Amino acid sequence: MADEQKPEGSAAPPPSGGEAASPTEKPAAPAPKPAVPKPAAAAHAAPPKPPAVMVTTPWEGDVTQLLKERFGGDITEFSTYLGQNFLVAKPDAVIAILDTLKLELDFDYLVDVTAVDYPKRADRFDLVYILYSFARNERIRVKTMIPDGYSPATAVTVHLTANWLEREVFDMFGIEFAGHPDMRRILLPEEWEGYPLRKGYSILQQDDGWVRENLGIESAQ
Amino acid sequence: MPEATFLDATELVINMGPQHPSTHGVLRVILKLDGEKVIGTECVIGYLHRGVEKIGEHRTYQQFAPYVDRMDYVASVSNGLGYCLAVEKLLNIEAPPRAQAVRVILTELNRIASHLVWLGTHALDIGAITPVFYCFREREEVLKIFENYCGARLTTHAFRIGGLQYETYDGFEEEVKKFCDWFIPKVDEYEELLTGNRIWVGRLKGVGVLSAEECKEYGVTGPMLRAAGVQWDLRKAQPYSGYEQYEFDIPTCKNGDTYDRYTVRMEEMRQATRIIRQAVDRIPSGPIMGKVPKVVKPPVGEVYVSIEAPKGELGYFIVSDNSTQPYRVRVRPPSFVNLQALDRMVRGGLVADVVAIIGTLDIVLGEVDR
Repeated sequence: MADEQKPEGSAAPPPSGGEAASPTEKPAAPAPKPAVPKPAAAAHAAPPKPPAVMVTTPWEGDVTQLLKERFGGDITEFSTYLGQNFLVAKPDAVIAILDTLKLELDFDYLVDVTAVDYPKRADRFDLVYILYSFARNERIRVKTMIPDGYSPATAVTVHLTANWLEREVFDMFGIEFAGHPDMRRILLPEEWEGYPLRKGYSILQQDDGWVRENLGIESAQ
Repeated sequence: MPEATFLDATELVINMGPQHPSTHGVLRVILKLDGEKVIGTECVIGYLHRGVEKIGEHRTYQQFAPYVDRMDYVASVSNGLGYCLAVEKLLNIEAPPRAQAVRVILTELNRIASHLVWLGTHALDIGAITPVFYCFREREEVLKIFENYCGARLTTHAFRIGGLQYETYDGFEEEVKKFCDWFIPKVDEYEELLTGNRIWVGRLKGVGVLSAEECKEYGVTGPMLRAAGVQWDLRKAQPYSGYEQYEFDIPTCKNGDTYDRYTVRMEEMRQATRIIRQAVDRIPSGPIMGKVPKVVKPPVGEVYVSIEAPKGELGYFIVSDNSTQPYRVRVRPPSFVNLQALDRMVRGGLVADVVAIIGTLDIVLGEVDR
């Protein structure tokens, strides 16, 4: 299942047929295509299935070295996917990491803050900070996983731009940032119910609710 | 903004928008004034929120492509390019060279169109009525090229994941070249109207200053960052779609005020023409569509890909769970992030300058609210 997107990148099984070839292959094509060798040991019936986890490679460099020294076990993973570097950290350590990245490694531009919802996972949300360094011309992502109801510390203390970005995350996912100067909805009206980008929030909900109330019919779809 | 129910006798709260001609859409700004001086603002946004990111989770990768055009509808081609590049990255494919060259041409034409809308409306806000007619006249020529190419003028959906849907039409190159030759004197014409104009200079110089440090702090990108003296453009810093093949300069200024942002954007139109000329001269032959499966099912993973849109850094963060629909699409909109700096720019200034500063931000509310 995709929801089981665990961060153990290096422990993932290797892709069956090279980097990009396997997913583009049409599944269950009867044509005899010897180009993609099937994994001998795995008892896959027909199509070469792409792995169900993100296939990452380890990321090493001066950034990771300094962070490893400084934060040790608080950072659980340094990985690269398709040439893009990211690290996974424990939620409590994120702000300190952002601060170190900004002051000592020149990652002075917080590009974006966003979240991804995995309702089946115990730590339900991925919180993603995208950073860029003008001096190094390098982009990295800081990821952390938090359970529902957890209040991560705000990044406004490090980057002012986090103000609206975190408000949007709150608006769409209901993640409340502790210490944020103005934790209110930003795009939706204040009286809105629910958090639209959570996976459980149906795309038809609003529409159906309105027609039920105002037109007395079950659904307009 | 502090919730002040009782105000000092000299303090005044006024409401600007959402239906105000100079807010370029439905932006509401609550201004707290002390006489004519602005002492605080609050932006109320979201009037145009359509839940684009949520829609993305319920459409296939190809089906979602037309939706992104509706965000920054003044620069829809850039939106489309960013999205296609992000999905291509996720699939680990690249568009063929011919497609890339055509993409560059159309995107740069769109940059000109977007800057023209900005210039016309910005000048109109400040009281110069003429430029808007000139700008829309020239923009019309760009839109005609779009219309000839793909049938649509505004929300073009010009690109597809993996390349292009349509070949260029007969006479495309000549028409684009003709436009370039014809357009440069028009830019000079705008400059004649505005650059040395005493009212224009008086209204823009020293207004809404944002230093390079503040830009970085607020995540402000695009022409606004360059006007503050940072020579940073994603087309040069992290080239995509073959931008590394073209020669062009990144215009910068020093003061980071509204006048400098005007200067930078004017020069950007000239540079865009320069890029278009080079690209038209060497459109390679070959296929226009890469090897993309009929059913786009990227492997499990996540990528962040960004481009230099006319307004700044436009990024897409897409998470795939190996199904036909994105698990999550996040759009990093330049207008939204840049608008956040409005408070910093207007604070301490005069209420009359608020209009000039909203104009110089070059926001499109469709993109702010998504």
